[in-house]
Amino acid sequence: MKRHRKTWITWAAVAAVAIAAALSGRCAPSAPKSKKAPAGASDLAVAAQKTYVAPGDLDEFYLFSSGGHSGQIYVYGVPSMRHLSTIPVFTPYPGTGYGFDDESRKMLGNLTWGDAHHPALSETAGDYDGRWLFINDMNGRLARIDLRDFKTKQIFGPVPNVSGNHASSFVTPNTEYALMGSRFSIPIPKGTYAPIEKYATDYKGVVAAMKIDPKTGEISYGFEILMPPFDYDLGDAGKKLSEGWAFFTCYNSERATGKLEVTASQRDRDYIAAVDWRAAAKAIEEGKGDMIGGVRVLDPKKVPGVVYLMPCGKSPHGVDVSPDGKYIIGSGKLQGVTTAFNFEKIQTAIRNKDFTGDEDGIPVIKYESIKDAEIPVGLGPLHTQFGPDGWAYTSLFLDSAIAKWKLGTWEVVDKVPMSYNIGHLCAAEGDTVSPKGKYLVGLNKLSHGRHLSVGPSQPESSQLVDISEEKMKLIYDAFTEPEPHYAQMIEAKKLHPIEVYPKDENKDPLAIWDVKDAGVTRNGANVLAKVVLVRSTITPTAIEVNQGDTVKIAMTNIEQTTDELHGFGLLDYNINIVCDPGETKTVTFKADKAGVFPYYCTNFCSALHQEMQGYLIVKGKS
Amino acid sequence: MKTSLERLSGLLDKPLETAPRVLLLAAVLLFAPAYLTPLWKMTMFAPQYPDGLRMQIYSYKLTGGNGGQDIKEINVLNHYIGMHELTTADFAEFKWIPFVVGALALVFLRAALLGRTGTLLDLFVLYLYFGLFSLWSFGYKLYSYGHNLAPTASVKVPPFMPPLMGFKKLANFEVYSYPSLGSYALAAVAVTLGAALFLAWREARADAAAETRVAG
Repeated sequence: MKRHRKTWITWAAVAAVAIAAALSGRCAPSAPKSKKAPAGASDLAVAAQKTYVAPGDLDEFYLFSSGGHSGQIYVYGVPSMRHLSTIPVFTPYPGTGYGFDDESRKMLGNLTWGDAHHPALSETAGDYDGRWLFINDMNGRLARIDLRDFKTKQIFGPVPNVSGNHASSFVTPNTEYALMGSRFSIPIPKGTYAPIEKYATDYKGVVAAMKIDPKTGEISYGFEILMPPFDYDLGDAGKKLSEGWAFFTCYNSERATGKLEVTASQRDRDYIAAVDWRAAAKAIEEGKGDMIGGVRVLDPKKVPGVVYLMPCGKSPHGVDVSPDGKYIIGSGKLQGVTTAFNFEKIQTAIRNKDFTGDEDGIPVIKYESIKDAEIPVGLGPLHTQFGPDGWAYTSLFLDSAIAKWKLGTWEVVDKVPMSYNIGHLCAAEGDTVSPKGKYLVGLNKLSHGRHLSVGPSQPESSQLVDISEEKMKLIYDAFTEPEPHYAQMIEAKKLHPIEVYPKDENKDPLAIWDVKDAGVTRNGANVLAKVVLVRSTITPTAIEVNQGDTVKIAMTNIEQTTDELHGFGLLDYNINIVCDPGETKTVTFKADKAGVFPYYCTNFCSALHQEMQGYLIVKGKS
Repeated sequence: MKTSLERLSGLLDKPLETAPRVLLLAAVLLFAPAYLTPLWKMTMFAPQYPDGLRMQIYSYKLTGGNGGQDIKEINVLNHYIGMHELTTADFAEFKWIPFVVGALALVFLRAALLGRTGTLLDLFVLYLYFGLFSLWSFGYKLYSYGHNLAPTASVKVPPFMPPLMGFKKLANFEVYSYPSLGSYALAAVAVTLGAALFLAWREARADAAAETRVAG
């Protein structure tokens, strides 16, 4: 009995140890098995060397990164990934006084935010020419930044009928047009009512292109095409072989409403809309189209031949034309392949009417006739950029990586992990006819754990990848403000920004260049103060007005020295202007509060900057 | 027996040979660059001005580097220490120096055609006087700028002498001041004139000696 019990206890102990051993072998490791070994010391040294730009040295490339819902553009130097400046576009920015002076306030209109996703550098013959930078705003707008002074010069729109301008601002190879497209279909014109049950028939999408003046860059209305109520996502203009065409991806070809994450993900293929923009421009010139919302809109039923639909799996995001213009790469974000369409086959299919049906009168081209390859790049392909020698780089949101593959052979040769969840990517001049290679920046959505913690509002991450060799190498982590969607990288030598506004070019009628001319004049209840800003006095040092006066202050920074900016901050009146050297800015406001309000130079200028101050003296009514 | 004074005036009366005349003509030509190019250059470096601020002084005007902007910048900086503004209008020298240079050129030309050894001596003394006076005048100008500082200046600095020639550290600035092409041309005039005088003198002496031998 006793012996039996002992045996039983022994067996139980052995079994317990065996189970524990088995379980311990099965418990989760502390890190994923796929986790790569940390880079070796020599790799780090190479990475450090490749990204180190010594103090005083200059970067090789500019990176213009979109600021997303911050409404701005961030300028970086590559390869240092140093943030050089912020260009305010759709949002006031006290740092440069943007959105406070009359001109920029008027440009912003009633909107004080924008959602800026896709910057596009102006092109000549398919190459960046360094003249302008365009960027979209979801609020149906398009902005132009002049790269001579890195300033926003025009905000065009809101453009009628375009609701949620996401598929924008991609430009054509000679900057004839910048694309626009509605991500959120609505009944048009804006202001029209239709119940959500009538979504499939009464809601309309629009793809469009705005015209750009070849000399001044001025944006004006080009054309709009009435589209089925899909969600138009991204675009790209054809180049070289495919010049004259523009491509727009869309999701929700289901025409679904409600919980789109499910309802809009049912079909295996959505579409890429192929637009013959020359034909569309010609139709507008000929006076075709219906007036909707004050502009001429082309209805493909009435104007055939301007748009075709190419099936593309599944809920495609990016559509990117290869440098030679031969391939159109559509990246279905809910699948494991990216699709390469052959432009010549698309043309043949259109000629032969090789269609499988239509959507609201728009022919749907037979997928099998135009597809050259489905490239197994990995999960969640979003967007593709190009390098020299036929290399393509596709971002993989779900795999959190970048895949490198070859045009033509469709061979996937390398992958580099991204931290984490890469959205777009930007290679050096990687969407032009002559990509530069060398560097690629992954614009990632999540960054957790890669930087000092800054609380719940986490920065995004922009990671620099060396693509100069066979294997891609991650060489730098940079952290960016919300939220880089897409970026443009251009050789620094292509830009020649000015550093002061030459006096001779200042044509502002209120500009003055001598402190002797500064002063206050009154015309009824309108007061005009002409102000000179120069080290280290704001002249006049006092401006006296009566309560209720409309005060216009026109200030000229008469400096012609690099970096000598002066500010004009007026306390309690919510005014802060910054004038660059040689610049005149005007602000108009009602002096509705009586009392004495200091104004002072807000932009540090000199040893006697603190003394650069004065008073707005508002005499009360009583 | 001639007295030494008689001998000297004999030497000075001797009309010029070819070589000194040619040298005089060369000196006349040298007045052209003296007028057309800067006489003096000043360059200032400070940490915040790594490219330097530059100023050129001609016989008749003041110019600044960077399209004139450097002069404006120098004046902006100088107003903090109460220094008088540097303007072309402020230099009386700019009125008389070009006139004197022109007059000298004419006198040199006259000497080249009608000159005697004595004319050369006159010219040499006159020219030396002109050169030294100009240099003193320029130096005094610099002294005045550095010493007549407005008592209301926001930054008080002890009166100072900007460098006339060479390098000097003034507050956060390294100041370099050197003669420029125009001054070298004027110096070359002096050398040419000196050479002409030397040659003329030597020939006159040789002539006089020959005369004495013949007379003896």
